[in-house]
Amino acid sequence: MTLQVMWFALWGLLWALYFMLDGFTLGAGMLHNYIARDESQRQQVIRTFGPVWDGNEVWLITAGGATFAAFPTTYALMFSYLYAPLLVLLFGLIVRGVSFEFRGLNPGLAWKRCWDRAILFSSLVITLLFGVAFGNIFQGLPMDASGYHGSLLALLNPYGLLTGLFFIMLFLQHGALYLAVKTRGALQERARRTTRTLWPFMLAVAVAFLAFTAPATALYDNFKSVPSLWVVPLMAALELIAVRLLAGQGKWLRAFAASCAAIVLVVATGIVGLFPDLIPSSLDPAYSLSLSNSSSSPYTLGIMTVVVAIFVPIVIAYKIWIYRVFRGPVSDAAEEGIGGNY
Amino acid sequence: MDVVILSRLQFAITTLFHFMFVPLTLGLSILVAWMETRYVRTGDELYLRMTRFWGKLFLVNFALGIVTGITLEFQFGMNWAEYSRYVGDIFGAPLAIEATAAFFLESVFIGLWIFGWGKVSKKVHCFAMWMVVLGSNMSALWILLANGWMQNPVGYVLRNNRAEMVDFAALLTNPYGLIKFFHTIISSHLLAAFFVMGVSAWHLLRKSQPEFFRRSFRMAAPFALVAACLVMFSGDMQASVVARYQPTKFAALESTWETQRGAPMNLIVWPDAANERNAVQALPIPKMLSYLAHKNLNSEVKGLKEFPVDERPPVLPVFLSFRAMVGMGIFFVLAGIAAVIFSRRGLIDRQRWFLRLMFFAIPLPYLANQLGWIAAEVGRQPWIVYGLMKTSAGISSNLAAGQVIGSLVGFTLLYGGLGVLDFYLLTKIAAKGPEKSGIEKQEA
Ligand code: HDD
Ligand code: HEM
Ligand code: HEM
Repeated sequence: MTLQVMWFALWGLLWALYFMLDGFTLGAGMLHNYIARDESQRQQVIRTFGPVWDGNEVWLITAGGATFAAFPTTYALMFSYLYAPLLVLLFGLIVRGVSFEFRGLNPGLAWKRCWDRAILFSSLVITLLFGVAFGNIFQGLPMDASGYHGSLLALLNPYGLLTGLFFIMLFLQHGALYLAVKTRGALQERARRTTRTLWPFMLAVAVAFLAFTAPATALYDNFKSVPSLWVVPLMAALELIAVRLLAGQGKWLRAFAASCAAIVLVVATGIVGLFPDLIPSSLDPAYSLSLSNSSSSPYTLGIMTVVVAIFVPIVIAYKIWIYRVFRGPVSDAAEEGIGGNY
Repeated sequence: MDVVILSRLQFAITTLFHFMFVPLTLGLSILVAWMETRYVRTGDELYLRMTRFWGKLFLVNFALGIVTGITLEFQFGMNWAEYSRYVGDIFGAPLAIEATAAFFLESVFIGLWIFGWGKVSKKVHCFAMWMVVLGSNMSALWILLANGWMQNPVGYVLRNNRAEMVDFAALLTNPYGLIKFFHTIISSHLLAAFFVMGVSAWHLLRKSQPEFFRRSFRMAAPFALVAACLVMFSGDMQASVVARYQPTKFAALESTWETQRGAPMNLIVWPDAANERNAVQALPIPKMLSYLAHKNLNSEVKGLKEFPVDERPPVLPVFLSFRAMVGMGIFFVLAGIAAVIFSRRGLIDRQRWFLRLMFFAIPLPYLANQLGWIAAEVGRQPWIVYGLMKTSAGISSNLAAGQVIGSLVGFTLLYGGLGVLDFYLLTKIAAKGPEKSGIEKQEA
């Protein structure tokens, strides 16, 4: 049982880390078409996340793999029930990945603009769909003994779309802050202005999301029964406010850190609210996928725990090292080397 | 068409497409890392230019390897939910380990390698490429152990209405998986070596930058020869493992219908599955098949008639893929020997016929790799996990044919487009050749 609870927490943590890390690439991807005014600035934007985006996307693959290994029934049902949206999500991830790599490989400006559009569009679709998917998981999927009764259109319900919009606003803000830290000159100025413009809209959507969660989902039940848990959403809200205060004082790096914390805490709120279910059933709680009825055997969880205990610290160590190698804003001159292609 | 057939088609298309890029990643990373190592050791600028030129081709290919891999990670759950639920307890583990132990390594260090020129020392930069080599080859190990488990399930018990892992060590030491790993990565290294030689041959024929491409060719040639010999060797081991654990597949690979002791191997065969015999069968090598299967001239080789019809794989595609792969394997050894001899003696520029041959041989290792997978996977049918679960039982229960047709069309269009783009970029970059060296630039 304790192993299952631990893996439930780890499952949530993997998603939180993924959104925190890929969030700024997705945000920057949605913004760069109009934050950057010319080709050299667009290259600059892409070079801010160029060295790290792929390593960050691997957190998603790990989240998928960990779901498979630790909660195979959840993996099986979640991915097959959400077939159509996942497919579109996959296409988005594929298009975004090749766009980053291909845009620099051909000199023509039309070629580059074409990939710029692809980056914008795919980042938007990916973010929206993750939001819609989680919004629906929070509400519960219509599943019972005879399987799944949902459809693609039913997923686009108001709460699902609101969650999608919330993700978009969070990541836009996150991406703008990242650019505010990682660029220089006119570009940096525009990124900074953008964070200030975005913030009130982001906050409005966040408030609507938190308010609408009460009638639309059962997420708050856990908080009501263990009131000390309220500290998690409270902290999330405080971090969202801190973002603006720190930005106002010109402490951009700390504002970005607050945005990281906010994303992790928002995901944590959702995960705490779901516990002990990974995916609730909206039809009959007996068919919810919980950490006890969908998990792997204790033996497998034990093996996976050892694996995680060995490899995750190593991964984190070299990731921190890489971020240190690439710390500081990127220059606007085309850099030497193959990276200069971007 | 039914959901199972459509999903199989989709799985085949998406994995085979992924495997268009995987082998070059696995092999070219080693050659690029080796070129860079030579540069760090000797300071010779030619090696630096080699690192960059082949490195750029590597990156184009790598990008597609990554994006097509993500599809596969999700597809088990999307289309094969019943399979995932039934065996996830044991099958999910290697996939999760692959991500934590291998994908992070390759993706993080490739970022450092692409953007790290001038930011880190030469040695650290070179080290980054070796980490990519380690990461990608490690990832192959884990995914092939997973696939090896489907071919020869070990270390599990049936409990709680599913297969549960009871022996992780058995999964790690599964002979099927380990030999598969050996055979597959060496085939990939072979592909990369022939790729480098083929592109170099094209430029040598045009006399563009001969020094550069002569040296590239010379580096790749021994690598190709060693790989070609090891591919044969590991393929032979692989065949014995198949004979031992999957007699139906072995019989299909050789199109053998009758069980026989001291079975001969026929060089010319054409299967006739409808009548459970071979329409053509000639040039037997006595007792050869028994030897290949069990390393014993008089051992018994099982024929397909020994097994119920609904447990036999489709014979013709399995048989043909296997024959073509083995045939190419023999060609690669001969071509490897010639390449080493010509390039050692410095005769390579004069052997125009050979350069032409090497250029046109670029697609062959690709074909052999694809056919190998077709032989292995189609030969496993009708099982999704050999002897344990039928493919038709593994399908997601909620899928409608329309959904899978939609996704199949989507994948085909998207991948078709990406394939065209990739081919365009690779040929363009390859044909343009390396950047000019400092001295050549001044002269121009
Ligand atoms: C023999 C080797 C091999 C085989 C059989 C497979 N792969 Fe693969 N895969 C690799 C070897 C590889 C690689 C060489 O490590 C790649 C290719 C290019 C790359 O960047 O890494 C890769 C990339 C790659 C990625 C992206 C990793 C990243 O973002 O860095 C994923 C998610 C998968 N693969 C998943 C799979 C799955 C689920 C497979 C089975 C159906 C599979 N691969 C077959
Ligand atoms: C990248 C290399 C691979 C290639 C090229 C490949 C090729 C194929 C092909 C051609 C089929 C279709 C067989 C048929 O429908 O008759 C298939 C099926 C399948 N393969 Fe593989 N495969 C690869 C790797 C793997 C790996 C590593 C795994 C598991 C970890 C795997 C799991 C499956 C599954 C689950 C099916 C189900 C569909 C079916 O059996 O038809 N494959 N593969
Ligand atoms: C020269 C003699 C060769 C022999 C005897 C041989 C033998 C085999 C056998 C028996 C299999 C089936 C394994 C299974 O069912 O699981 C196989 C698969 C495969 N072969 Fe070969 N092979 C040879 C050459 C080659 C060459 C030249 C290549 C590519 C360059 C290649 C690439 C592959 C691949 C990618 C697979 C699928 C993965 C696997 O199952 O290992 N093989 N080979």
